[in-house]
Amino acid sequence: MSLIEITEVKKRFGDNEVLKGINIDVEPGEVIAIIGKSGSGKSTLLRCINGLETIDEGSISVAGAQLLPDELHLKALRLKVGMIFQGFNLFPHLTAGRNVMLSQMVVKKTPKAEAEVMAKKMLERVGLGHKFDAYPDQLSGGQQQRVAIARALAMQPIALLCDEITSALDPELVNEVLAVVKELASEGMTLMMVTHEMRFARDVCSRVVFMHQGRVHEIGPPEEVFAAPKTPELKQFLGVTH
Amino acid sequence: MSDFTTWDILRNLLLSARWTVLLSIVSFVGGGLVGGALLFARIGKGRLGPAFARTYIELFQGTPLLMQLFLAFFGLGLFGIDVPAWLAAGVALILWTAAFLAEIWRGCVESIAKGQWEASSSLGMGYLQQMRWVILPQALRIAVPPTVGFSVQVVKGTALTSIIGFVELSKAGTMVTNATFEPFTVYGFVALIYFCLCWPLSKSSQILERKLNVAHRNH
Repeated sequence: MSLIEITEVKKRFGDNEVLKGINIDVEPGEVIAIIGKSGSGKSTLLRCINGLETIDEGSISVAGAQLLPDELHLKALRLKVGMIFQGFNLFPHLTAGRNVMLSQMVVKKTPKAEAEVMAKKMLERVGLGHKFDAYPDQLSGGQQQRVAIARALAMQPIALLCDEITSALDPELVNEVLAVVKELASEGMTLMMVTHEMRFARDVCSRVVFMHQGRVHEIGPPEEVFAAPKTPELKQFLGVTH
Repeated sequence: MSDFTTWDILRNLLLSARWTVLLSIVSFVGGGLVGGALLFARIGKGRLGPAFARTYIELFQGTPLLMQLFLAFFGLGLFGIDVPAWLAAGVALILWTAAFLAEIWRGCVESIAKGQWEASSSLGMGYLQQMRWVILPQALRIAVPPTVGFSVQVVKGTALTSIIGFVELSKAGTMVTNATFEPFTVYGFVALIYFCLCWPLSKSSQILERKLNVAHRNH
């Protein structure tokens, strides 16, 4: 059984159908890059998997748990799937350490001492052990995004969704974040990431999904998708971005 | 006719100013509690809660406080209920304050970036947990300066209760004037006392705003 099963998913915003029947199955340990033009529905797809958007048709399940739009099912799903955002979305009133501790304590009812140990470990893992007491606005964008990754990891998810996590970063900060992601991938974390980093997608991902006008237009291993694009849309997309 | 010294005038005004202060505090605290409940109704999911809160707020913001005082004072009288002036004054001011505070606070809560809701959702937090740990702590910081600033309006609002016969600072001013025939001195003092009550509030609102420097610092 696949870890994430996306079956015939459709999503409309008013009259605008942004997802027109998406089918993707993700195996445990796979790293999936979702590429495509803006407006192709890639971010929406990711947000649907986490229940931030409701789907109109089809089904999504993660490790056997169905995505249903009530708080109980959503919570169960979100404990399995972490999400990292383009804008970091750290809690600005809490230190980096507290950011990582909060959801453990509030959602999982982990005792404070334990949560703190976990937070230290996770910040260490993203190379920010020394920033435990720093507030988000004292950190660079790259550091903030790494704290956000640590925060998601502290919930011990079985998969991570990354929504353009390097798009808001200065170019020199992109690599430190991608390095963390790469390490996660090598440790066997299941990842689905919407990205514009084509080189990263080629080097790290096991499969690449090219979305176009709300559909999966092409899907395959990176060497195939990048080296021998089949459709004119993908050719054009790759031509534009290279 | 007896003579009144300046001290006589001032002393009587100051004594009555206690009622202005008390009424202000009661209105502000009571209004804050009711306003908090209204806030949750206003921003909650459901349909009845927001509709009720919106109607309430529009009604109280869309009519003069004076009318609300009259309605509280005379309105219940129509049903044979004898409402003392202090009660009508307290109730009307609490309800009026609540409407404005709820709206001020709603603005603060809604000014918190959507990403904060999404991030806390994606970590598995429920609505109340998000509110308690993520949204309200940030909103509170933003809310402090306008809330303190609004307390000035409450203090000045209490002056209107003199019309339904509640003896606070303004009413005492009128009564003392009637006895002394020195309106300029008396109302001068009345204004001065109001100023002494309000100015520190305005000033502390400004200081808090700078101190919390809401736009640029988040901790």
